[in-house]
Amino acid sequence: MRPHTGWVSFRSACGVVLLLARATPAPAQEAHVGNRTGHAKAGKPLYQRYCVGCHGQDGDGNGENAAWIDPKPRDFTTPVFKCRSTPTGTLPTDADLFNAVTRGFVTTNMPPWRPLTEQNRVDLVAFIKTFSKRWQTAKPGAPLTVPPEPVLTIQGILHGRELYQRMECWKCHGPAGHGDGPSAHDLTDNKDNPIRPYDFRSGTRFMCGETNQDLYRIFMTGLDGSPMPSFADQLKPADGWDLVHFLRTLQPLQTREAAIWREWVATHGSELKPIGPEGGGR
Amino acid sequence: MIARFSALVALVALASGTTPREPHRPAGGTISGKVTFTGTPPKAKPIDMSKEPNCVTQHPTPVTTEDAVTGPGNSVRYVVVYIAAGDQGAAPATDTVRYDQKGCQYIPHVAAMQVHQPLTIYNDDPHSHNIHPLARVNAEWNKSQPKGAPPIRTAWDEPEFIALKCNVHPWMHGYFAVLSTPHFAVTDSSGAFSLSGLPPGKYTVTAWHERFGTQSLEVTIAGSETKPANFVLTARPY
Repeated sequence: MRPHTGWVSFRSACGVVLLLARATPAPAQEAHVGNRTGHAKAGKPLYQRYCVGCHGQDGDGNGENAAWIDPKPRDFTTPVFKCRSTPTGTLPTDADLFNAVTRGFVTTNMPPWRPLTEQNRVDLVAFIKTFSKRWQTAKPGAPLTVPPEPVLTIQGILHGRELYQRMECWKCHGPAGHGDGPSAHDLTDNKDNPIRPYDFRSGTRFMCGETNQDLYRIFMTGLDGSPMPSFADQLKPADGWDLVHFLRTLQPLQTREAAIWREWVATHGSELKPIGPEGGGR
Repeated sequence: MIARFSALVALVALASGTTPREPHRPAGGTISGKVTFTGTPPKAKPIDMSKEPNCVTQHPTPVTTEDAVTGPGNSVRYVVVYIAAGDQGAAPATDTVRYDQKGCQYIPHVAAMQVHQPLTIYNDDPHSHNIHPLARVNAEWNKSQPKGAPPIRTAWDEPEFIALKCNVHPWMHGYFAVLSTPHFAVTDSSGAFSLSGLPPGKYTVTAWHERFGTQSLEVTIAGSETKPANFVLTARPY
């Protein structure tokens, strides 16, 4: 650039910036969940009181507690979120974020925030969305439709077991769902931090909820940022439900699924090929 | 959505069918050269694929890491060379970039493409991969692609060097180099590259390597001539 045009360009650039500053609407300052509207302004002091310790002043997940936390606190500047109703690679809905704040993550240090009022939580969602510009340039994905749950059958569970083999869920989650598959030990997340696959023995709840619908959503949308991919392009809705019903048998619970499965295994168990490199099926 | 996208791809392919992007006798100038290194590059390490027996049998001799592939004369492979400045409304690249997962490796290790250029990702292995582009500027996603699954058709919206990994096979690493220019190349095993079809003008040519960083040169093209541009990157052992 020649020097004598430099000043002119600089001045006109300033003009453009000023104009833009006036014309551009305020960044995503609101969140909408049900009838409630959350405001970032109201969420900010709440964030600084309750969230900043882990998620940090800049929302980058580098709060003063972060060094002692595993998995690491969410980085809101990216913005990539595990628990969503929306397809992989898309932003979550406000309701997804609200549910996450409300529910907490049973597999991490994030507690449930039910002690805060609903309005507080919606305000927090609005504030969290100010950490990344993508909330202004992109819209949340269209939530995945979860079709009605079909009747539970042993055939469905057996098909789900075949899918667990064929989709190679066992490579991370292990042949019996104990989180000890051959790839389990060197999994890393999108920041190269080590991360464990879910162990189905760990209880009744999953990272993103506890209902069969939540479980269906987890493998269909994937947990973005983590090694868990989306299977939405690979599984038809009926397949998804069969997989849900099989996964329930891996939990140490008296679920309906586990009950009919144990009964079947007691008489037909010898027909099953173990899950693993050459296994699966009957 | 996929159908609509395929239709769009087909349309674009038809529209561009008569004017291939990099014709054999390109009008305009060419910038070509070689990328070499000084210093000590890291050693290529053999990859242990014993976790995936299918892939062990696909490689009679073990494959080695590809993050720093050097050759005779200190040449560097997998360097992305592109026009960083000076493009004058060049026609967008429309041919589909093919990316393969085969033998538990990404082929090619580095794929360059323009923003919005169609990208198709195949799984040629008899087992599952998950393809996880660790995008920051673009949206990060992570999809399972089991044995026999159809290819994933996608494209990127913003320029970015996107690292790629497969979580099931942690040794698998690759890059999508997404560029705003249609003028790009990835160096071959001799470190050579060539950017053709450049109208007269002043260009900034940039070379990017995942470990050795970036370097830029200014090159002026006057007509249908070939101008050299040779890069010497600094290699570090770690």
